[in-house]
Amino acid sequence: MTGEDSGADPGSATGENQSHRFDRLPATDEERRVEGRPTRAEVLDWWDERFGVDPAVFEEHTFWEHGSGKIWAFAGDTPTPIEIESLGLVFLRTRREHWKPTLEAVQRFGGHATRNVLDLSRREAATFLAGDDQELDWDGDWGYLIVTNELAGEREPLGVGLYVHGELRSQVPKGRRREFREE
Amino acid sequence: MEVLERYEPLVDDFAAFRAACERPLPSVVRVNTIKATVDRAREALAEEGVAFEPTWHDGLLALTEAQPGANWPYVHGWLHGQEEVSAVPAEVLDPDPGERVWDACAAPGSKTTQLAALMDDSGTLVATDSNLGRISALRSNAERLGVTNVAITNEDARNHSLKPFDGAEYDHALVDVPCSCEGTIRKNPDTLDEWTLSHVEGIAGVQKGILRRAVQATRPGGTVVYSTCTFAPEENEAVLDHALETESCELVEFDIPLEHAPGVTQWEEESFDPSVAKAKRIYPHHNDTGGFFCAKLTVGEA
Repeated sequence: MTGEDSGADPGSATGENQSHRFDRLPATDEERRVEGRPTRAEVLDWWDERFGVDPAVFEEHTFWEHGSGKIWAFAGDTPTPIEIESLGLVFLRTRREHWKPTLEAVQRFGGHATRNVLDLSRREAATFLAGDDQELDWDGDWGYLIVTNELAGEREPLGVGLYVHGELRSQVPKGRRREFREE
Repeated sequence: MEVLERYEPLVDDFAAFRAACERPLPSVVRVNTIKATVDRAREALAEEGVAFEPTWHDGLLALTEAQPGANWPYVHGWLHGQEEVSAVPAEVLDPDPGERVWDACAAPGSKTTQLAALMDDSGTLVATDSNLGRISALRSNAERLGVTNVAITNEDARNHSLKPFDGAEYDHALVDVPCSCEGTIRKNPDTLDEWTLSHVEGIAGVQKGILRRAVQATRPGGTVVYSTCTFAPEENEAVLDHALETESCELVEFDIPLEHAPGVTQWEEESFDPSVAKAKRIYPHHNDTGGFFCAKLTVGEA
């Protein structure tokens, strides 16, 4: 277990991701055994660079891959690999060139973000929540943004939007959409 | 409703009991303290014009008109629809942050997510269910509420394996078993249509197996909470009596701020260990809620 506890990647036997189990992410490149699997350091850097989330926010969390490029965050630790149904919450998708956080990760951790955060009015938030795209002004980076809504007097993370060409494209998954727009 | 006649010898005011069983229940939401404080959730509901009333528990709000899922605090994962009495067992178990807890029959996850909140979303909460379809509801609820300390397993709780977790025992276990659900009649008026004594007796066998496994998987000195939403002594006190006889555990006293009756020590031809009186029976007319049964056990040396 010592190798695993130090963060070494246990996918070494086959050298590929196995979709029926959860593998803890290797701590760093040196410990990576599965090609293409992100490291814990890369995940922490990404949240820091993209959204300004301090790596200390995730100090108590371990990161796991289950399903290719599907990264889960678990509060605490457990032996790796582990074959169970679910471990923490789906946190980040790393399969494509641009990594994409999940709505659930953004609602849970997005309050720590300091950049690439787009504050919506209630009316804009309702359009976003319904799953619709909308034209909006935004001076910052294109790409995935954390979208917030005002609730009980504070900005609260609501979900993930993709900003391109002057347009905010709602990434709210179908099952989480709601129609709150008034006629 | 004829089924309920069998409980006439147990219930203090049977007419009030019958009348309460025929009234519908209000929608109640629990504030998810992983994402918001109770004060902020109340403020957000008030801003939305959603009317609510207090209940026995600070974090449970009865919505007088609205549906629980149709408001902004809900979509931010601040609220979860959960019946008042269903919030009892997690409060009785009262886990601390950082502990290891097992939820033996977890889906669809109201009590699981409540346990996670009581643990400040830290430590390890293993949530087991035997049904994959129900596990998908459990996962969806846990994710919506931002729970990160839950590990979900798909297995029969009677054979729960500690192997994936290197054999680590639990500090606490919640055994909120599948049951004949008589106590949910106010929410599901059809509940009793399918009622048979042989179903009650069959499911009692399953309940005994799950409670025994929970006691075995919990460390000496740890606690196990057993709960059902049925009035049937076969599924309540008889199950406790069986665990007392076969496993190293004992019943302990506990307090809840809800009116209740003690566990019964006698039912039809059977008598149970006198300590089962420490369990609590919550009847619908007591607090104008659903019906519920809850007991707390401590685990002894194996």
